[in-house]
Amino acid sequence: MDDIVIKTENLTKRFGDFIATNNLTIEVYRGEIFGFLGANGAGKTTAIRMLIGLLRPSSGKATVAGCDIYKEPEKIKKNIGYMSQKFSLYEDLTVLENLRFFGGIYGLKSSTIKDKSADLVEKLGMESISRKLIKELPIGWRQKVAFTVALFHNPKIVFLDEPTGGVDPIVRRQFWDMIYDAAENGTTIFVTTHYMDEAEYCNRISIMDEGIIKTLGKPSELKKNFNVDSMSDLFYLIARKKIL
Amino acid sequence: MKILFYILQKEFRQVFRNKPIIAIIFVVPIVQFLILPLAADFEIKNINISVIDYDKSSTSRLLINKISGSGYFKISSNENSFKKALKIIESDNADMIIEIPANFEKKLWRESNQKLLVAINSINGIKANLGGFYILNIINEFNNELQLNMKPIFQTNKGIDITTSDWFNPHLNYKIFLIPGLLAILVTMVGGFLTALNIVREKEIGTIEQINVTPIKKWQFILGKLIPFWILANVVFSNGLLLGYLIYDIFPRGNLLTLYAFIDIYLLAVLGLGLLISTFSETQQQAMFVMFFFMIVFILLGGLFTPIDSMPVWAQYFARLNPVKYVIEAIRLVMLKGSDFEDIIPQTISILLFAIVLNFLAVLNYRKRV
Amino acid sequence: MRRLLIFIKKEFKHIIRDPRVLLILFGMPVVQVLIFGFALTNEIKNSKIIVLDYAKDDLSKKLINKIEASKYFEIVSFVHSKRIILDYFRQGKIKAAVIIPEKIASDIIHDGNAKIQIITDATDVNFANSIKNFIRAIINDYQYELFSKESSKINIITEMKMLYNPQLKGAPNFVPGVMSMVMLLVCVMMTAIAIVREKEMGTMEVILTSPVSPIFVIISKVVPYFVISTIDLALILLLSVYVLDLPIQGSLFLLLAESLLFIITCLNIGILISIRTSSQQVAMLMSLVGMMMPTVFLSGFMFPIENMPYALQLLSNLVPSKWFYIIVKDIMLKGTGLEIVWKETLIIASMMLFFLIISLKTFKVRLN
Repeated sequence: MDDIVIKTENLTKRFGDFIATNNLTIEVYRGEIFGFLGANGAGKTTAIRMLIGLLRPSSGKATVAGCDIYKEPEKIKKNIGYMSQKFSLYEDLTVLENLRFFGGIYGLKSSTIKDKSADLVEKLGMESISRKLIKELPIGWRQKVAFTVALFHNPKIVFLDEPTGGVDPIVRRQFWDMIYDAAENGTTIFVTTHYMDEAEYCNRISIMDEGIIKTLGKPSELKKNFNVDSMSDLFYLIARKKIL
Repeated sequence: MKILFYILQKEFRQVFRNKPIIAIIFVVPIVQFLILPLAADFEIKNINISVIDYDKSSTSRLLINKISGSGYFKISSNENSFKKALKIIESDNADMIIEIPANFEKKLWRESNQKLLVAINSINGIKANLGGFYILNIINEFNNELQLNMKPIFQTNKGIDITTSDWFNPHLNYKIFLIPGLLAILVTMVGGFLTALNIVREKEIGTIEQINVTPIKKWQFILGKLIPFWILANVVFSNGLLLGYLIYDIFPRGNLLTLYAFIDIYLLAVLGLGLLISTFSETQQQAMFVMFFFMIVFILLGGLFTPIDSMPVWAQYFARLNPVKYVIEAIRLVMLKGSDFEDIIPQTISILLFAIVLNFLAVLNYRKRV
Repeated sequence: MRRLLIFIKKEFKHIIRDPRVLLILFGMPVVQVLIFGFALTNEIKNSKIIVLDYAKDDLSKKLINKIEASKYFEIVSFVHSKRIILDYFRQGKIKAAVIIPEKIASDIIHDGNAKIQIITDATDVNFANSIKNFIRAIINDYQYELFSKESSKINIITEMKMLYNPQLKGAPNFVPGVMSMVMLLVCVMMTAIAIVREKEMGTMEVILTSPVSPIFVIISKVVPYFVISTIDLALILLLSVYVLDLPIQGSLFLLLAESLLFIITCLNIGILISIRTSSQQVAMLMSLVGMMMPTVFLSGFMFPIENMPYALQLLSNLVPSKWFYIIVKDIMLKGTGLEIVWKETLIIASMMLFFLIISLKTFKVRLN
C-alpha cells in the first residue's frame, strides 16, 4: 500500500491565458481506489490526459508507474489502462473482437487472449452478448465491457474518466463491485466522477475546483474535519468557495 | 509485427462491415462507367448551317449541295437576311451562317476573286474550330473543282497530298480516351477520400484516443490504415479494368504488370495525401471539404479533359506539382499506347517522390500526444 | 422576427468560424472560375510534334519553317528513322509526326504531286482531327505560295467571323457551368448538411420543442446560404467580366433574376434532401450523387447534349442545371432576352414549385 504509483509535482497545463490544471501535486499509492473529484470543467480530464500521455504538460513533473511522463510516455502506456468519458470502443466490432484487438495490442499471447476472454464472459454473464456488436448493446453493458477491456491486460493502474455517466443505479453498483475486485487484485484505480456519493467508495479522494486541488484525504476524515454529513455537502462548500 | 496483424484484422473487419461504403465503391464506378462514356461524346456531328444565298446561281447551288452532301453539315434553314439568320443562331437552331453575296458567280468568272462570309457560333471552341476547318476544306475543294472546269489550262493536279495515319485508335473510338482517365480518378478518390475519412472518423467518435493510450507505435497505426485501403483501391482498379473490358472492349495494350506497379506506387502517394489531410482535420466534414477542394483542382488541372500543353505557363508549372497529372499520363500511355516501364520512368519517379514526401509529412504530423 | 435574426446570426457564426468551410464556400468558386477561365481550353497551342525529313532540301526546309513558325505546333525534335516515332509516342512526348518523303521535289515536278504523311495520336479523336486540319492548312498555304505564280486563278476567299467568342476561349462554355455547380454546392449540399447536422446532434429536437415554429428553423438555416450564394454569384460575375474579359451581353437584371430563381430552386432541393435524410454523410452523398454528378455529366456544359444517346437526353431534361445553363449562356453570351428564354424559365419555375410542395408535404408528414 505504500508504493507510490502516481506522483505529480506542480503539474500544470495552460491553454493560452486559461489555466486548466494548476500546480497539481498529489501521490497515489498502489492498490488504492483514488477518487479524483470535481465539477464539470474543473480540470479533471485535462489532468488525466497529461498523466496517460495524451497531452503535454505546460510545466511541472510527474511519474506514472515509475516512469517519467516526459521521457517515457510509451513505457507508461504499457502499464496502464484507460476508459474515456467519451466511450471509445469500436462500435462496429463485437465484444470478443474488441477484447481480441486490445489484448493483442498490449502484447498478450493469443492463447492467453482466448482463455481470458472465455473466463471474463463466464464471470460477467456475457454469454448472450459476447458476439454482439457493441452498438447493439445497452449503455450499461457497454460501460462494463469498456471497463473489462481497460483491465484486460492486467495494467498496474487503470484510469477511469466518468465511468458511470448516464448509467442506472443498479449498473452503477455492479460497476463498483468490479472496481473493488480489481483493487483487491492490486490494480490501482484512478477514477474521476461527479457523482459525489461514489466518493464514499474510494480509499482517498481529492476535490478539484478551477484547476486547483482544494482538499485531499480519506472521505471519513474529510467529513469529520469539515463537519459535513456527506461528500455532497463537502463538495457544495468547496464549490461555493467556502474552502479556499 | 504481431501488433500490426491485430490492427489489420480489426481494420478489415470494420471495412467489410461498412455496407454503405462497400456499395458505393462498387456501384458508383459502374454507374460512372456506363453513363459517362455515353454522355461524353465529343464527336462533332451535324453542324447546322443557315444559308443566305443572294446569288441563287448554279455555282452557288453547287456549293451548297457540296456542303450538305459532305456528311458534317446539315442545312437547317434558308434565310434572306443576315439578321434573320442570326436569330436562328440565337435560338440554337443553327451553328453557322453562310452568306453568298449577289452576283457571286458572275464576279467569280470576271474578276477571279470573290468573297463569301462564314459566321460561326464560337461559344463551343472545339465545334467552331473543327466546323471552320471542315467548311474551309470543302470551299477550297470546290474552288479547285471550279478551276479545273473553268480554266482547263490548270488541269495539272499539282500539289501536295496528305495521307494521315491514326495510330493507337484506328476505329476512332471516342470513348477510348476517357476510360483510362476515369480509372485514374476512381483510384484517386477511393485512395484519398476513404483513407482521410476513415481516420478522421476515429478522431470524431473518440476511438483514436483509446488507440493513442495504448503502446501502439505511430508506424504501426499508419501502416494499419494504409494497407487495407491500398488493397481496396487495387480491387476497385481491377474492377474498373474489368468493366472497361466488358463494356467497352478496352484492354490495356501495355504490360499489366507495369500498369499495376505504377498504380500501386501512385496509391502510396494518394493515401499519403489522405493521411496528411486527416492529421489536419477534426471532423469528417472538414476532411471531406479539404479533400474535395484538392481533388477538383487536381483533376481539372491534371489534363483529364483539356490538354496541359494548351494551358498557360503558370498552370503548366503547377501541373508538375500535381500527382494526378502523372497518373493520368501514365495510365493513358500504358493502356492506350502500350508503353513500357522504361517509357514511364519520369512519371514513376515523380510519383515516388510525392509518395515519400507526403507520407513523411503525415507521419511527422501525426501525434499521439498533443 | 427578432428571434429569427438571432438564429440566422448563429448560423453565420457557425459558418464563418471554420476556415475549411469558407474554403469551399468562397475559395472554390473563385478558384474554379480562374481555372476554367484561364487554364482550361481545347485550343491547339504548342502541340509537340516531330518531323522526319527524308528530303532535306529547300522545299522541305521551307515547309518545316512554316510549321515551326505557327503557334499551333512546337517541333520537339528532328528524327531520322521511322522506328523512333513509336517511342516518342509511347513516352508521351508528341501528339503527331510529320514525314516528308525523299523525292518530294522531283515528285512534284514529274508526277505533279507528292505525298506527305501525318501520323497522329488518335486516342483523343477530336484533338487528332484538329491537328490534322491545322497541318493540312499550313501545307495548303504553302502549296498556294509555291504554285500561285500562275495568274488568273479562281479564288474564293472565305471570310470567317467568329460570333460571340472570337478568341475561342473556353471560358464562355464553362462560366455558366461553374455558376450552376457552385449554386448546387452551396444551396443544395451545404444547406442540406447544415440542417441535418442539427438533427444528428439532437439539437434539432431542442429547437423543435422551443416556442419557435419549425418553419422558422428551416428559414434561419437557409437564409445564410442564400446570402452566401448571392455573394458567390456576384464574385463569379465580377471575375468573368473583369478578369476573364467576358462581358455580359444581355440584361444584367434578367440574369440576376434568373439566377435568384435557380438559387431558390436549389435551396428547395436542399431542404427536401435534409428532410428525408438523417445523417450528414448521407446528405452529402445524395447531394453529390443525386445532383452534382448529373449536373456535371448531363447539363450540357462539359459534354454536348446533342451527342448523347436519346435516353440520356431525356434524362437531362430532369436536371435543373441543364435549363439554367442554357439561360445563362443565352443571356450572358448571346445577349438574348426573355423572349428567347421564357420556355426554360418556366421549366425552372415549375421545378421550384414542385420541390417546394413536396418539401412542405413531407415536412408535415414528418412532424406528425
